Amino acid sequence: MNAAGNASLISFRKAGFTYRRGEEIEVPAVKGVDLDIHRGEFLAIVGSNGSGKSTLAKMMNALLVPTEGEVIVDGMPTDEEANVWDIRRTVGMVFQNPGNQLVSTTVEEEVAFGLENLGVPTAEMHGVIDRVLGEIGLATMRRREPHNLSGGQKQRVAIAAVLAMQPECIVMDEATSMLDPAGRRDVLETVRHLCRERNLAVVFITHFMEEAVQADRVVVFHEGAVAVDAEPKTVFGEGLDLDEIGLDVPVVTALSRGLGELGFDVDPTITEMEEFVEAICRLRSRT
Amino acid sequence: MLRNSVTIGQYLPGNSLVHRLDPRTKILGVLGYVVILFLIRDFAGYGMMAVITVLTAAVARLPLKMLVRGLRPVLFIIVLTVTLNAVMTPGELLWSVGPFGVTREGLFQAAIMACRLLLLIITTSMLTLTTAPIDLTDGLEYLMGPFRRIGVPAHELAMMMTIALRFIPTLLDEAERIMKAQMARGADFQSGGFIQRAKNMVPLLVPLFVSAFRRADDLALAMEARCYRGGEGRSRFKILKLGPSDLAAGLVMITGFFAALVV
Repeated sequence: MNAAGNASLISFRKAGFTYRRGEEIEVPAVKGVDLDIHRGEFLAIVGSNGSGKSTLAKMMNALLVPTEGEVIVDGMPTDEEANVWDIRRTVGMVFQNPGNQLVSTTVEEEVAFGLENLGVPTAEMHGVIDRVLGEIGLATMRRREPHNLSGGQKQRVAIAAVLAMQPECIVMDEATSMLDPAGRRDVLETVRHLCRERNLAVVFITHFMEEAVQADRVVVFHEGAVAVDAEPKTVFGEGLDLDEIGLDVPVVTALSRGLGELGFDVDPTITEMEEFVEAICRLRSRT
Repeated sequence: MLRNSVTIGQYLPGNSLVHRLDPRTKILGVLGYVVILFLIRDFAGYGMMAVITVLTAAVARLPLKMLVRGLRPVLFIIVLTVTLNAVMTPGELLWSVGPFGVTREGLFQAAIMACRLLLLIITTSMLTLTTAPIDLTDGLEYLMGPFRRIGVPAHELAMMMTIALRFIPTLLDEAERIMKAQMARGADFQSGGFIQRAKNMVPLLVPLFVSAFRRADDLALAMEARCYRGGEGRSRFKILKLGPSDLAAGLVMITGFFAALVV
């Protein structure tokens, strides 16, 4: 969309992170990464479990500070203590478990939590909360309690709560991995809308290829480093060997590939269940 | 579901005048009530205090059954205190059984203790019956505010209570899930004596604790990511405001307390 030509918002410069426990145990999770995330782009990061993508995500808003190299957010190096709060305001984060990241007992208080932390005056808060909840489509649920919401709704509350702090970028750290298909679609649609309408950068970390397909750019992360950085059609269309770096190909894609090998006329790049069902139905009607 | 059988903080939602009062008014009211209760030592005073309680319960439309039910868990303590007071107080002996003697002073003392405890428990439970836990937390944070200067961590305590309230239903759901998972593997939570049943809870409690700690970690990270850094420089979304009804309730209470002291 508008990725090209925009200034870089988050820059990794030879950034690495090593987990240390005691003196002997060192686990390098991220190794010498050079990566630029631009304003307003929709970037998907895919990688298998343990590839270091979650560590990478936490380096984007100074939850983790690189042990080598540096990460610069909107001109601010993350290793300077004084920048931490401005950085976290610029780069918001939605986590994996929808139940564990909500602090408050109602939806509106949840959205207010970040604003309270920033010291926004009460009178202003109400306007911001109204606007944000309206935009995310939660206006009718403002007094609901988090434990009475579905997973997808909880994640949308988390997005609204981040959005209220007026970030430039939202990092979704496997935020759809615990949701049902409907909730996943719902959350993906919400962030895509924000990316388009608000020119908000979205970093979407996922292991669902069908979600990554919808991004402007896909980064394949493998063993703590960037293995591929390209547009989705390059990553999925040109037959890069994703199996080799331990990525799960969507079940429907594997099935359609298999059917293709058996001589059936099925497109091997199918990623969506609906598409697959349609292809099967087309096969049946032909016989 | 498990959580439906547990009333959290026994709050009984309603829209009565008492429900709508500022939580601070109610907390201070109950505090004043308790102090007065321990100052007076005559039955006319207790009668007056009982009138206040009954009137408040009527305005709050609290069913009598709810109030009496609140007494059940502490009934044993009341009976014990009353008995001990009756038996242990020295004075004019009325009748005796073996080494134990009941005195006139003892009976008087026991009756006073019974009045105090009954009114104390009924009235304090009225506070939690008519105030949502989260409002109670807000009220306490406001009231503790002035003591911050002498080192009372008012904001931190309130935040802890809020998080606890937020996670009670979550953990109850989790407990139910673990229970079912363990029952599917043949765990038995129902049979056996008290000790056996307590032992059987171990496979429920261990995973529950592990997951609670994981949740705490996740939550801390999420709070930090959203710029939480303690109470310093923090603004408030919910502002408590005292209204005319709070003023009126305050005046009625003070009049009532005064009347109870002088009669």
